[in-house]
This record gives sequence, structure tokens and C-alpha cells, in this order.
Amino acid sequence: MWGIIRQNVRCGGLPASILGQSLQRIRPVSRSYSSAAREMTVREALNSALDEEMSADPKVFLMGEEVGEYQGAYKISKGLLEKYGPERVLDTPITEAGFAGIGVGAAFYGLKPVVEFMTLNFSMQAIDHIINSAAKQNYMSAGQIPVPIVFRGPNGAAAGVGAQHSQNRLISILQDCYAAWYGSCPGLKVLAPYSSEDARGLLKAAIRDPDPVVFLENELLYGESFPLSADALDSSFCLPIGKAKIEREGNDVTITAFSKMVGYALKAAEILGKEGISAEVINLRSIRPLDRPTINDSVRKTNRLVTVEEGFPQHGVGAEICASVIEESFGCLDAPVERISGADVPMPYAANLERMAVPQVEDIVRAAKRACYRLVPMAATA
Amino acid sequence: MSSAFSAIRIIQPLPLNTTTTRSPEKPLFDPLKTTSSFLGSTARFCSTSLNKPSSASHLRRSAVVAVSDVVKDKKLNSNSSLSNLLLTKEEGLEVYQDMILGRAFEDMCAQMYYRGKMFGFVHLYNGQEAVSTGFINLLKKEDSVVSTYRDHVHALSKGVPARAVMSELFGKVTGCCRGQGGSMHMFSKEHNVLGGFAFIGEGIPVATGAAFSSKYRREVLKQADCDHVTVAFFGDGTCNNGQFFECLNMAALWKLPIVFVVENNLWAIGMSHLRATSDPEIWKKGPAFGMPGVHVDGMDVLKVREVAKEAIGRARRGEGPSLVECETYRFRGHSLADPDELRDPAEKAHYAARDPITALKKYMIENKLANEAELKAIEKKIDEVVEDAVEFADASPHPGRTQLLENVFADPKGFGIGPDGKYRCEDPKFTEGTAQV
Repeated sequence: MWGIIRQNVRCGGLPASILGQSLQRIRPVSRSYSSAAREMTVREALNSALDEEMSADPKVFLMGEEVGEYQGAYKISKGLLEKYGPERVLDTPITEAGFAGIGVGAAFYGLKPVVEFMTLNFSMQAIDHIINSAAKQNYMSAGQIPVPIVFRGPNGAAAGVGAQHSQNRLISILQDCYAAWYGSCPGLKVLAPYSSEDARGLLKAAIRDPDPVVFLENELLYGESFPLSADALDSSFCLPIGKAKIEREGNDVTITAFSKMVGYALKAAEILGKEGISAEVINLRSIRPLDRPTINDSVRKTNRLVTVEEGFPQHGVGAEICASVIEESFGCLDAPVERISGADVPMPYAANLERMAVPQVEDIVRAAKRACYRLVPMAATA
Repeated sequence: MSSAFSAIRIIQPLPLNTTTTRSPEKPLFDPLKTTSSFLGSTARFCSTSLNKPSSASHLRRSAVVAVSDVVKDKKLNSNSSLSNLLLTKEEGLEVYQDMILGRAFEDMCAQMYYRGKMFGFVHLYNGQEAVSTGFINLLKKEDSVVSTYRDHVHALSKGVPARAVMSELFGKVTGCCRGQGGSMHMFSKEHNVLGGFAFIGEGIPVATGAAFSSKYRREVLKQADCDHVTVAFFGDGTCNNGQFFECLNMAALWKLPIVFVVENNLWAIGMSHLRATSDPEIWKKGPAFGMPGVHVDGMDVLKVREVAKEAIGRARRGEGPSLVECETYRFRGHSLADPDELRDPAEKAHYAARDPITALKKYMIENKLANEAELKAIEKKIDEVVEDAVEFADASPHPGRTQLLENVFADPKGFGIGPDGKYRCEDPKFTEGTAQV
């Protein structure tokens, strides 16, 4: 199905955001597509990105638990087994350490594996291979052996899988946010998409990238629909790794976020807008490398910063952003940086406790107001 | 495939010294004459294609006993004297009640989930009750049970009250973990239920550690009466995971009092066991590490009980671990969110016909151990227990705000020193903390 769409969309113009080095095909500039954007869920976007990359390069293959016959634990790889066969869409046994290692070995020899972890929590069983075998490899071999592998999967607090009846409940243990953990490792690139455009562009960039990439999706975003421009639907569409996107321009306070928290930040910005505070929302897109120039430019414009993330507070992404801003734009800050993160406790199961343990839109609004007025004193933190 | 596993096959290493009454010298093993512990060391050694005599050390020489259809024969030729060997009336009723409790509870869980009272991942145990009851019914209170995310029935069989489990599933403060664990993390110190693990394979090393502590207490701390056994339950998918093999090795090496129970229900979510495993006969992996590997029909609680008695007895006597593969089946999908499209309806029907509860009911009635009325009374009583559990859970309160920060540490000084120079936990406002940082 995506093959047909690709052919129909071939008249799309040259997307401005293609990263030159990862361009596989040179697209001639042609007339721009005149029809309006179409909507696509993040799930479909990821599926289309995988499909297009697998069809463009026969060295790309997908492996993970339930990616084949089950059509993907979250249906991301739907239809791929039928299209590409069991040699390129591999159902693995439940051995994360084993199959992550196999993927790394295949990447050593020039293949391009996409290793799916059913949730990134399971990647902890394979973390030895992600860090020691993949991230450090190019360095240790002095450039002889690059590892063009992608580790992807849902990150962050999950929900009852497929819960049709609007239950978005979270569960203990399968809740850690790995952005901070992987973001501290040299040798890795860490991406966190939010919208369908992010999902498509970043996954394609990740697969084409010659280095190990950890791709942090979010299960609760899979079903959300976003409009896609014609450029984004083109099969050579690619987003640059290391560039953040300003989702909403503003003048009073900068709110940085990634993955699901971008949605919350945008909602908070709406609420703040009604109260006269114009918030600039930055979608980080890339945790490693972090787009420090964009963040700092924004802070120099607004003079106030709120960082939002789902993960634990200590040594989190927000901590790194704070440090970066203090190093580079200290003089421009009019208020201390506010960090919003998940509570510093393991994720509880009970519904009311879990709501308290994860950032909510009100928390972001309150933090932004504090940054702007300093009216509400900082609550006792744990 | 199921027909190939209708027999019980045992591979045992030759025992060095045995404290049982049967000595290795006893020549023949006559199934009809021995009592139920036919797995003893007097097994007749037949050579089959599976026999692999290996190195010189007699510890490693294994033999296969094709005790095919022994227990099946016992049942088919069921005359009352033989059948009473397997179960007394009280035991039968107890076993029946336990299995009915498991089934009724899980069915109620499904209902509650679809009504929105229960959330997250819920994995139901319908169809596998024979394994849980068969093993846990024979354990003492001090023995430990370790399970996976499919742990409601293990907790119930071990003695955790239905009210506590149901409240935990609803996320209420009266749950066995005060609502902080949920479906996949049932812990009970009182009943020695050590979880409830979301990652498969995670529980096996933990169970091995529990067994280690039992041995340690007996030998190092000289608590001579400590003969606690640990039973670890896990599935077929887990048997491909590295942690499983690592623990088989160490348990056999150190002769730990543990029983590894594989609930082979042939499917890991949508991945068939045959597609995932190079050698699907899991029981063979035991002897590779020097412990007996047994395959048993997990849809028949009496067969499971027989094997369990021997395995648990072995562990309690200090003879080391055993690997028991129970061929069983889950009637529902992997979890309540699983559409369950990949399993063949014919396969489901085949196993539905072998429902362990109906089989036990039939056995008890045919052998005059109980009559319809008594069994119906048990079913009614259990229905009331489950209804009461739901009402209790419904009426229980949600955890208070203060519970968010409790129990992160055993010593809450771990939260560090606050801005006023005192420990954060000493601040009276500490427990009103929220998710803000």
C-alpha cells in the first residue's frame, strides 16, 4: 500500500530538512505538491518509514519479539512479514541479550538491523550489547568497524495494551524513561520523536545513519494522529539528527520537552496563552546530540526556562539542559530554571498514585508561572 | 504434537548415594507394585535412542526410563484400591476447591477488566490450574513460590486471601502490596510468595537465591530444621532465555532445594514454542546440567501431583534441583489485550476437552470420592468467596497521597538532606510531596 502512495507522491518538492550525508537518492527539484496535508497516526508513520527503508535497501532487516506473525506487539510492523518474508522480518525467541548481540554482529559486517525491543525496559537485559558492543565499537576499533544499527521500541510509562475502553493506566516496572540513561553514553545517538512527521523523518534518518541509534518511541502516542505535509510523505524524507524543532513560538518562557511531554507542553502553552504568558515550546527530537544552540537561542530570547521530561529527576535530561543553559546563557536568565520530571520513586500501580508520579499539564503550567512571576514558592521536593 | 507427550519420560543421573528406602541394587521396577513414588532410583535402565552415556564420571551417566503410560495405566485400570493411592477424599476436595478458586477468580478478573475496575496488563491463568494446584498444594507455608506475570493463581494457591489479591488488582490500599505492585507483582512475605515478575526469566535467579538462602540457613547458620523448598514457575518462552540456563547450572552445582516448573503452554504471546526453540523438549535440558528432567501432562492434576511429590521430596531431602516440564494450555489469550488470532481453533478445542477441572471432577465421581452435590457446594462457596472479594475491593479506599513516597527505602534517610540541613524525611511536610521537582 505504501509503495503505491510513494509512487503517487513522487512529484513532491525537495524537502528542506534532508541531511545531506544520509541522502541515499538525489531528488530533483520539481513542482510542489498542491494538495493539503493528510493525517497519519504515529503507528502508520513508523510502519511507512520501516517499509520504505526496507524496500530501498535490502540490507535493512527487522528483528524482535512478535514483529512477524503477530504483526508487531504494538502493530508497528504490520504487513512487513507478508511483504518482505521471514528472512528480513525475524521473530526472535525471548532472548534480548542474545538477539541484540546478534544484531550488533550483523551490523559489524555491513548489514543494517533494526532491533525492536517490546518495551525499552527489556533493553536493560541487552544493555551490555547496546553500550559495550555497539556504542563503543567504532571508537575501540579506530574507525574500522562502524555499527549501523537501530534499537527501537516504546519508552516511558505504558498503558494497558490495546485497551479499547479509554483506560490509560500505567503499570509498575515497565515505566522507566531511558532518554537520560542512553543519553549519557558517548557513541550512541538517541532520538525521541513526538509527531508522525518526527516519527517518519527520524526513523528514516536513524536507519540510514551509520552509527548506533536508540529510537525512543512512546506507546501512548502510537494511536495519535498528526497532519503530515506532502514533503513528509515523500519516501526520501529525512529529518536531521541533532536538530530540535520549535513547535510553538513565544516570548515569555521557553518550555523544552520530548516525546509525549511535547503534547502536554503544548496544552500547557495554550492555557498559559490565555493567561497572557506566551510560551515557546521546543520539541527536542534528539536527546543525543542535544540541540544546545536552539535551546540557548530560545532562552536568550525569553530569559526563562522550564524543562519537562517523564523520567526520573536526578541526572535527567532536564539536568543536562539546565547545565548547558547556565554555561552558555547564564547572564540571560531572569529566573531559576524549573525542572519538571517524574517523581523520584518507582512507578506505583494504584491509579491515583500513578497520576501523582508522572508530570501533568497543571505541573507544567505552574512551573511556567513560577518562572514568570515567582509567586508560588517551590514545593518541598523529595 | 500433543500425542508425543502423553507419556512420562524421566532422565535421571545415576545417584551416588541415596537416603531413600529403595537401593540402587533392586533389580526391576514394577510399576504396578510400587507406590506412587515411582520416580525413585530403582528405575529400570533401558537404553533407547535418547540414552547418551557420556564421560567416565558416573555422576553424569544418564539413562532413560521409558515409563510410558505408567500412570495412565493406573488410571485406566482404575480399580478402587489403586485409585485411592493417588488421592484421599479430603485431599481431592481440597484440590478441587483450589482449582475452582483459581478458575472463578480469573473469570471474575476478566469481567472486572472489561468493566474498567482493573487496568494495565492482566494475564489470566485459565486452563493451567492443574500445575499451580498440583505443586503448591503440597508445599508448606515456609516454602517459597516464585512466578511470572501470570501469578494470580499462584498467590491464591499459596494462601494469599482472595480479597487481598483482588484489592491489589483494583489498586486499593488493602491489596497485598497496598496497590503499589498490581497484577504482575504479587508479593507476600507472610505466605512466602516472592512475586510476580514482569520480565520473564527474572524470577528464576530470584528463586534460586531463595533456595540458596534455605540451604545456607541449614548449613552455615546451623538451623537444622530449615528444609524450605522453592518452586519457580515460568513458561516455555523463558526456557530460551540465558538466565534460565545460568540458574540450572548453579542450582545443580550447589544442589539447591529448588524445583523448576516449566508451564509449557506452547505459546509465548503469538510465538509458537516450536518456532522459537531449536529443541522443543524442555525436559531434556535438565540432565544436560545434571538434574532430572521430567515431562508430565499438565492438564491432569493427579499426574502433576505425583511428579510434584517426588520433586519436592527430592529437594527437601537435600538431593538437589529438578526440572519438571508440564504440558499445559491457556484457554484465554496471553493477556486481556491479546486478540489471540494466531492459535488454531482445533488446538484450542483439543485442550478445552482436557480441562483439568472437568477431568478431576470426573475422576472423583467415578471413583466415588465425592458426589455431584458436594462438588456443586464447593463451586457455590467459591463463587461467594470471589463475589465477596470483589465487593471488598470495591469498597476499599485508594491509597493516600502520602503512600507515594513510602517504602522507596527501608531507611528513608535515603532521600537525603534537605535545604534546612535536616534529613528530608524528618520534615513534617515530607509526606505531602508531589511529582514536582
